Amino acid sequence: MRNKTMLLALLFSVNALAATPQELLKQYEGQAKQESPAFSGFSAERGASFFRTARNHSNGQKVSCATCHTADPRNQGKTRANKVIEPMATIANPQRFTDAAKVEKWFGRNCKDVLERACNAQEKGDYIQYLISIK
Amino acid sequence: MKSWMQFLVLITSITSTSALLASGGAEGGGSQMSPVTNAKWKAECSSCHMLYHPGLLPERSWGKMMGGLDKHFGENASLDPATRDEITRFLVTNSADKSDNRRSSRINQSIPANAAPLRISETRYFTSKHDEISPVTFKRKSIGSAANCIACHQGAEKGNFSESQVKIPR
Ligand code: HEC
Ligand code: HEC
Ligand code: HEC
Repeated sequence: MRNKTMLLALLFSVNALAATPQELLKQYEGQAKQESPAFSGFSAERGASFFRTARNHSNGQKVSCATCHTADPRNQGKTRANKVIEPMATIANPQRFTDAAKVEKWFGRNCKDVLERACNAQEKGDYIQYLISIK
Repeated sequence: MKSWMQFLVLITSITSTSALLASGGAEGGGSQMSPVTNAKWKAECSSCHMLYHPGLLPERSWGKMMGGLDKHFGENASLDPATRDEITRFLVTNSADKSDNRRSSRINQSIPANAAPLRISETRYFTSKHDEISPVTFKRKSIGSAANCIACHQGAEKGNFSESQVKIPR
């Protein structure tokens, strides 16, 4: 029991440390396979359309990931409170997708804000695939 | 004394006097809020907007806000329990009703005892200090809303709202 807890703690702390987008994709791939046996890889195109598609929120507004992260993710975005968000595309901001805990925190928040539900591993992987593929 | 030693003594006394002066203004009982800080608060509460100084709202407001971060002004700002609790403690310790600077006391006095407002920008203290600014000004692209204190008060995140540091952007 004690060992298992230690191992879990260790795994968790490794997760929270610096990672590469590829390492994050590997983790999401593992999860996606568990979520769906039909999983056949991540797609930048699917990620792009996920990023741009506006949904009708129950508060009456239309929102997408692009609302704050801008339609061209190489650009700086803006929050609702008027604060600059650094670009999401790794070509413009190499800091992105290098901290697993941070990435999970914001997927958790923003998916609920935009989709009114959690994102699944397929959607998260597609999203990252898209943002690291932009030249 | 050698002249370089005299120089050193002079410099040391100047720096210590100015340090004293600076701390005199920041310490309890002064007119401005103390420039308090906490690493988690700085990291977690500044990604969507400027950092709001804890001395701007009373303990009950911070408690209510931190208990409902999943529905924070229409957005999900939730945190893991350990981080949330650390930030709550920091906010409460330095809240308007726990600080003895003049500014925080006045803010606190302007809030009815049975109210726990979540917006500083809706307290009576705030509205009385900004009654000459039109709603159109707050909506300027360079400002956004009354909540964006730092657009006009450069020292806002440190709790400095002194008149000499106010500039309304075009
Ligand atoms: C209301 C504004 C808003 C919307 C809409 C939004 N985001 Fe975000 N997002 C933010 C902010 C603010 C940050 C953190 C800013 C920073 O780290 O610079 C962020 C950061 C992120 C991060 C962290 C990336 C990293 O490694 O730093 C991910 C992942 C993310 N958002 C995904 C999404 C997805 C997916 C959507 C659409 C379903 C979305 N966001 C929609 C505001 C938004
Ligand atoms: C996910 C984005 C997000 C995060 C993270 C966030 N906030 Fe906010 N906050 C908002 C939005 C949006 C508003 C409304 C801004 C407006 O009306 O212009 C707001 C408003 C506020 C206000 C009211 C400002 C006023 O006087 O009108 C306070 C105080 C505040 N937030 C404190 C916090 C604290 C403390 C934290 C950290 C625990 C935090 N916020 C983290 C999005 C966020
Ligand atoms: C559009 C610009 C603007 C914004 C945004 C703004 N203020 Fe002000 N504020 C002013 C001006 C102008 C004054 C008046 C200064 C004077 O009397 O010389 C003022 C005065 C004040 C004062 C009184 C200063 C004194 O010593 O009498 C306080 C405190 C204050 N603001 C706090 C805030 C806070 C907190 C926020 C955000 C929640 C905020 N302000 C947002 C422009 C702004």
